[in-house]
Amino acid sequence: MADSTNGSSRSFRVIGTRPIRHDGIEKVTGQAKYGADYAFPGMLYGKVLRSPHAHARIKAIRTEQAAALPGVQAIITGADFPDIPGTTAMMGELIVNTHYLSLNVMARGKVLYDGHAVAAVAATSPHIAEEALRLIEVDYEPLPPVMTAAAAMKPDAPILLPEIRSKFIAGRTDPGSPEGPDQPTNVAAHIQFQRGDLAAGFREADYVVEREFRTATVHQGYIEPHNAVALYNSDGHATIYCSTQGTFNVRTFTATLLKMAEGDIRVVPAEIGGGFGGKTTVYLEPLAVLLARKSGRPVKMTMNRAEVLRASGPTSGTWIKAKMGAARDGKITAAQFWMAYEAGAFPGSPFAPGAMCCTGPYNIPNLLIDSYDVLVNRPKVAAYRAPGSPSSAFACESLLDELALRCGIDPLEMRILNGAHEGTPQPAGPPYKRIGFIETCAAMKNSAHYRSRLEGSNRGRGVAAGFWFNGGLQSSAAVNLHPDGTLSVVTGSVDIGGSRAAMAMVAAEVLGVAAEDVRPIVADTDSIGHTDVTGGSRITLATGMAVYEAAEDVVRQLKQRAAKLWEKKPEEIEFSNGRLSAIDNGVKPLTLKEIATRLARTGGPISGRATLNAGAVGAVGNAFAVTCVDVEVDPDTGKVKILRCTVAQDVGRAIHPAYVEGQMQGGTAQGIGWALNEEYVYDEHGILRNTGFLDYRMPTCLDLPMIETIVVEVPNPGHPLGVRGVGEVSIVSPMAAVANAIYRAVGVRMTELPMPPPRLLKAMLQDQPRTEELHPVAAD
Amino acid sequence: MDKKTVVETTINGEQIEFLCEPRQSLLEVLRDELGMTGSKEGCLTGDCGACTVIIDGRATCSCLMLGVEAQGHKIETIEGLANGAQLHPLQQKFLENASLQCGICTPGILMSAKALLDHNPTPSEAEIRYALAGNLCRCTGYDKIVRGVLDAAKAVASKAA
Repeated sequence: MADSTNGSSRSFRVIGTRPIRHDGIEKVTGQAKYGADYAFPGMLYGKVLRSPHAHARIKAIRTEQAAALPGVQAIITGADFPDIPGTTAMMGELIVNTHYLSLNVMARGKVLYDGHAVAAVAATSPHIAEEALRLIEVDYEPLPPVMTAAAAMKPDAPILLPEIRSKFIAGRTDPGSPEGPDQPTNVAAHIQFQRGDLAAGFREADYVVEREFRTATVHQGYIEPHNAVALYNSDGHATIYCSTQGTFNVRTFTATLLKMAEGDIRVVPAEIGGGFGGKTTVYLEPLAVLLARKSGRPVKMTMNRAEVLRASGPTSGTWIKAKMGAARDGKITAAQFWMAYEAGAFPGSPFAPGAMCCTGPYNIPNLLIDSYDVLVNRPKVAAYRAPGSPSSAFACESLLDELALRCGIDPLEMRILNGAHEGTPQPAGPPYKRIGFIETCAAMKNSAHYRSRLEGSNRGRGVAAGFWFNGGLQSSAAVNLHPDGTLSVVTGSVDIGGSRAAMAMVAAEVLGVAAEDVRPIVADTDSIGHTDVTGGSRITLATGMAVYEAAEDVVRQLKQRAAKLWEKKPEEIEFSNGRLSAIDNGVKPLTLKEIATRLARTGGPISGRATLNAGAVGAVGNAFAVTCVDVEVDPDTGKVKILRCTVAQDVGRAIHPAYVEGQMQGGTAQGIGWALNEEYVYDEHGILRNTGFLDYRMPTCLDLPMIETIVVEVPNPGHPLGVRGVGEVSIVSPMAAVANAIYRAVGVRMTELPMPPPRLLKAMLQDQPRTEELHPVAAD
Repeated sequence: MDKKTVVETTINGEQIEFLCEPRQSLLEVLRDELGMTGSKEGCLTGDCGACTVIIDGRATCSCLMLGVEAQGHKIETIEGLANGAQLHPLQQKFLENASLQCGICTPGILMSAKALLDHNPTPSEAEIRYALAGNLCRCTGYDKIVRGVLDAAKAVASKAA
């Protein structure tokens, strides 16, 4: 270790290498246990009865016939859940209201979306449980559904939750109108960011573009459906095995919803088959505990794919009106965004982060952003990779592309010209610390991809940028030294994509051992200090920082032991590259392995610990990405083929570069799916019509080329290793990059996501006139 | 509920008999009756490929096949891919290439890739993408998966040479 700075000149032994992940063998041999893989003697199978209506009053539920079916052991309905007062709590990146969380896991009074849970059954086989569901009778009084933000904001719209009142007029859809009186509304919340003089800014502009955008509801699309296995003992203690991004969240929420003590619930992290934000809340866990309590037997619950799509996740569909002006030289003079985010049936869309990220990459002197949280009869949204940012970025980056064309400026040059840097105010106000947006744009501009020439008809190249602020939150870590000199690292951060390897590498770096000498463990909620969700790109950043500090705690203790052995003061001992020595060189140095054998004689075992709140200590580092994509549009069908795709991202410091690249590639692939195909399709009754992977069309292997990555490292000054967090920002820019590429390929400006063949073909056949001359992107 | 049927199969080279209800899928039998949970359930409609096993040399979604239909057939699952402690080259190259993130699609992808390499030891990138098109991965963007298969094919070829 050279020093305590995180400057880019620092050299590392382990960080930046690509060791094989510690949990890899189990995952390539089928031994790794995911939530649905747990089984216990006498275990029952739980299934959920879900609403066939988008909006209806529940008049009666009769379960007698179902209860009489042989094999049925327990049935629960809304009547089994206690009433939970409305308190709000932070859930990773989103704020959750526990009253509505309770109503979401099991409906009471009204069902608010197709798929809303109304009852659950536990039986001796999954087939019997499914038969029992068909025997439960529910009387519904259907109510008119409200399916889009535009419909929900109309003055005469049916109201989902009568207790929600807003000082804003429901139906306020024109930017800048005055506040209205207090009345029932589907608009649950509003946020506004404002700076400068908007009117003056637009007057200064030589070019002004104004467009309306729509983005569809999309799902996180993790391959593993939600699951939970619950055991309940007669002493009131419950154990839950589940695939979640946040075991401590599951504990808190399950305890709150069932009025249990948190200490009476232990949550054991199973391996998790993808989450992307969608597994930061609870759906099945409280139901499984209730069924286990009622039946006295272990209960396993798993969703099928249709349930996942109908009742978990997704992220918001949006409706955005945006306007941006620039001077002839390319300087943006003003921008205005009016955005409505569909929350689903309960408040809590990412309308605020969407506004915080919208123009995040740019320094815009005159700015007004309004963002609304709007209730619709769709499933309550959950976090999805950089929640809120992709939709607002689609609008911002599309307008920027048009302005670049009008000004005749290279689109990356346009972004660099207006780019945010240290000291630039964020949309929400506070200035950025050291960030790497300009470096990221420059890296893309110098890339082999961007410098290459794209030839052929119906082909185009598009670029776009994205911003995500990244999370901090709380983490705990312990580092234990074993008698043979190897170590274990224990954290509470569920490993969703290789973070165990990063944790081990951080400890190995500090302690001067090989990554393979450190075994990383993800512990249950009774075995490690509180740790917030695996989300917000925060694990390598925040939990990694806790591991770093816990490893330094081990170093401190090692120095004390050496001092004791050598009869010196701890400050006279040096630790470097895994060796202890005296500053005066008066003794024979000891390796970590050598001193590990002498722990019993020098004071007992060594275990280092650290807990922290990374946000509170200023460790969070903001992330930027730039996507460049080449497309070819089939003029007969409107099908878009991705020819080449490159993503550049400022990661601060890449701990394990292969998994950093993997995050960048994965986010890009999800973004391409969002751009081209993925969308919830509801019929006129508010029933979801595409409840399987055949019709909810995610990218397959055949749809994508190799995804090239450019890892930019501008160290985060707030973090001991310079880490920024890498998980999310790569999903922000692909949608606009693809839309911009389509425009440059066929001259059609797409303002609605997704852009599947029928929609693009229709736009092409409408023969939009080109309003400006096209400029080649990579003129060389 | 219909009576259970005895089914005789060969699973990973071992003769295995099991009892199953006519309505149970092969995936359910593998996971719930035989405790072989390496094959995963992602959709139960044959769209995601997480449950892929190899039946008589052919990659098959075990969620689309009934347990009783396995009578007399040879089944290969992820649990039999390694030869004892010796990983299959696909497994080794997936680890080296960081071809997995969450790992839930990995068993199915490995089995589809094995079925490919068994028939075509030197596939092109396009052939690999075609063979894996029935296996969804939501984490990786497929880049490192395709590289892992390409690398494994090279390793198999150099061993054979």
